[in-house]
Amino acid sequence: MASPEPGRPLLAVRSVAKSFGAVSAVRDVSFPLYGGEVHALVGENGAGKSTIVKMLAGLHRPDSGTIELDGQPVELHSPADALAAGIAVIYQEPTLFPDLSVAENIFMGRQPLRSGRRIDRRAMNARAAAYFTQLGVAIDPDRPARGLSIADQQIVEIAKALSLDARVIVMDEPTAALTGVEVKRLFAVAESLRAGGAALLFISHRFEEITALCRRVTIMRDGAHVSTDPIDELTVDEMVRRMVGRPLDTLFPKHDVVPGDVVLEVEGLTRAGVFADVSFQVRAGEIVALAGLVGAGRSEVVQAVFGVDPRDSGEVRVDGKSLRGGSPAAAMRAGVALVPEDRRQQGLVLDASIERNITSTRLGSLAKLGLLVGGAERRFARDWAARLQTKYSHLTDPVGRLSGGNQQKVVLAKWLSTQPRVLIVDEPTRGIDVGTKAEVHRLLSDLAADGVAIVMVSSELPEVLGMADRVLVMREGELVAELPRAEATEQTVMFAATGQGAAA
Amino acid sequence: MTTAPPTSTGPAPSVEHDKAAESRVGLILRARELGIVLALAALVVVTAVVNPRFLSGQSIRDLVLAAAIIVVLAVGQAVVVITRNIDLSVGSVLGLSAFAVGSLLQAAPGVPVVVALLVGLAFGAVCGLVNGVLVRFGNVPALVVTLGTLYVYRGIGFFWAGGQQINADKLPPGFLAFGTAGVLGVPWLIIIALVVVLVAGLYLRTYRSGRELYAMGSNPEAARLAGIPVGRRTLAAFVVSGALAGLAGVLFAARFGTIDASAGTGMELNVVAAVVVGGVAVFGGSGTIWGAAIGALLLTTIGSALPVLGIDQFWQQAIVGALILLAIGTDRVVAARIAASLRRRESHVVS
Repeated sequence: MASPEPGRPLLAVRSVAKSFGAVSAVRDVSFPLYGGEVHALVGENGAGKSTIVKMLAGLHRPDSGTIELDGQPVELHSPADALAAGIAVIYQEPTLFPDLSVAENIFMGRQPLRSGRRIDRRAMNARAAAYFTQLGVAIDPDRPARGLSIADQQIVEIAKALSLDARVIVMDEPTAALTGVEVKRLFAVAESLRAGGAALLFISHRFEEITALCRRVTIMRDGAHVSTDPIDELTVDEMVRRMVGRPLDTLFPKHDVVPGDVVLEVEGLTRAGVFADVSFQVRAGEIVALAGLVGAGRSEVVQAVFGVDPRDSGEVRVDGKSLRGGSPAAAMRAGVALVPEDRRQQGLVLDASIERNITSTRLGSLAKLGLLVGGAERRFARDWAARLQTKYSHLTDPVGRLSGGNQQKVVLAKWLSTQPRVLIVDEPTRGIDVGTKAEVHRLLSDLAADGVAIVMVSSELPEVLGMADRVLVMREGELVAELPRAEATEQTVMFAATGQGAAA
Repeated sequence: MTTAPPTSTGPAPSVEHDKAAESRVGLILRARELGIVLALAALVVVTAVVNPRFLSGQSIRDLVLAAAIIVVLAVGQAVVVITRNIDLSVGSVLGLSAFAVGSLLQAAPGVPVVVALLVGLAFGAVCGLVNGVLVRFGNVPALVVTLGTLYVYRGIGFFWAGGQQINADKLPPGFLAFGTAGVLGVPWLIIIALVVVLVAGLYLRTYRSGRELYAMGSNPEAARLAGIPVGRRTLAAFVVSGALAGLAGVLFAARFGTIDASAGTGMELNVVAAVVVGGVAVFGGSGTIWGAAIGALLLTTIGSALPVLGIDQFWQQAIVGALILLAIGTDRVVAARIAASLRRRESHVVS
């Protein structure tokens, strides 16, 4: 496809910058969005893509730089301003009102009116139905949004964008939780929006989608703009190189370890409607990665293994001893540790001090006669914080004040201090900067070398490929593939995760 | 590799699914309010069978007059609860407004009733505005803010009254007559309560800003993203609740004629109970004004039916408590059932 240089961009981002405290999230980023074009925005997690999205949505205002619409600078003070300017954002997690009808979700604040400024429900439902016909789906406009599948929720979001007559549509990883059929449907819709003259900004980690759908691509790394090019002038390898910007081997310092005995055995683990018949083994010294798309059930599996979530059937054994379901305390006694996905919600007490957070798993052994007295707690915390090279000013500071990477180190310290036999880490490097990422990876690698069995859930393919001895791929609640390190490539893992390789 | 189960269903079956799910959900929602109406009807029938005088004109009149004040409060409370907030200060606002209007009428007996009503309304609105400002700008949960203002407003009332009591003989006869008289035999209190229910019910159902209150309660984050002026609507909801509590204070003064600083003490819990029993979800986003009003009517009826049935005062409280637990329990069970059935139906997992 030839890419003639179009005229004036519909929307232009011009040298925007944004900092949160001392952390610079985005600096000097510029790119144009042309009408009738799909533009890809790619970069690693934490590269600043979502900050750009939030600026366009009116949630963040740039510290410097401008956003121009039709050549005129616009100030987006609030989501309402962005919507009024014709910018619609479709988030990865749809943002619907579960208690309200689908039609109301589409038209909230803009419902068609009849006499006396009353809402004309019939007209509203008819218009919603018309949008659904246009999009080629059958959703009853009068049903509540609660219970819609993710794909249908995204269709509702797109109908919302249509009803706004949005000229700029931002899609933030819309395909992350979709199946192949649903992705095709979404692409058809995106294509018709594009043909209608809208400018689309498409964020995705899947290169085959980007090359199929987009005409131009902007690459970001560590908050900075790397390049904007027509997509047919770039190879996927070149895009990856620009995204990562460094050789992968220093980021993933993996030791070669000869695996020992089987430590963790999971057999036929099932939770109705979430995952079914999941079985795997992990040996001492092994790092096993659980890969798959968001929503494939990976986090749910490890939570059931640890006992935070109940399990309907199946067995978990540690060192050959069966583990009672639904009891994290039993799992901890057996030597299992879980570093959860959402450290702010599940891993830390943000308002409590660093030392309290580190010692919270070890209170029993640190206490004397049931009381925490003397400096035992502080000495212990200082020791572990130092071992993980955590940067802090005072151990008594609330842990919420630390940077994301250092918070993650505190969570790791808390669990490593229990000297686990099995360490489960769920998205260990999500939202932390590249330097700390490498430190976390080195730490995991060292632990494995010391004989800990590690289960790592990760959505970042480079991390999976760089760190794992074996890759287990989940799709829609089932374990669909097991790939040894030598066979695990971006292609094999993604094929298994999306199920597209099976049909081909 | 395992064979992939059918993933996304085609248009035709999904319509059937949607229709089925919708009718099921709709049925439950309708059943929610129907349930309270049936409970109310059953209670009235049983009580009337035991003591036919329960259905006498005077008895019914007393019942609905007592209910009118709670209904007005419940409407305001429902508006706040739908936005995922709560207003615990309504009892204190009622007391303060009743005392303020009583003092006004004592000082200036010539003031017309309409003005008294408006003064009470405005007085309550100011109290509600304070609540709203604290919730919106203080970023403090409404539960804590209004628990605080519950005591503050009550304290102001005690300080102001200084142990003094306004008796019926100090109030203008025209105002006291308003408490019992009416048009065509329908007391004014009931007319006012009905108007409040109708206006608020219509507003929440058919006006954009009314629907935005539901949206805010249903998913606050999404409401912000949808460009809803969340802060302004929160403020407005508290002003409405305060204003209605102020209005209820005037109705209280007119009906009872005797006002001291403790008027309306503890009423907030009855009101929250009425709203919850009436099917307004405590976590916001669902429920109706009609439901809240019927809930208020049901609780008042229980209050007057149980003595007629010869049931101890203690049991009355226990029954109200049980009803609240039943209402919340039903909602949770129903929600969990729906969620589970949708989860199983939507999931692609063959188990």
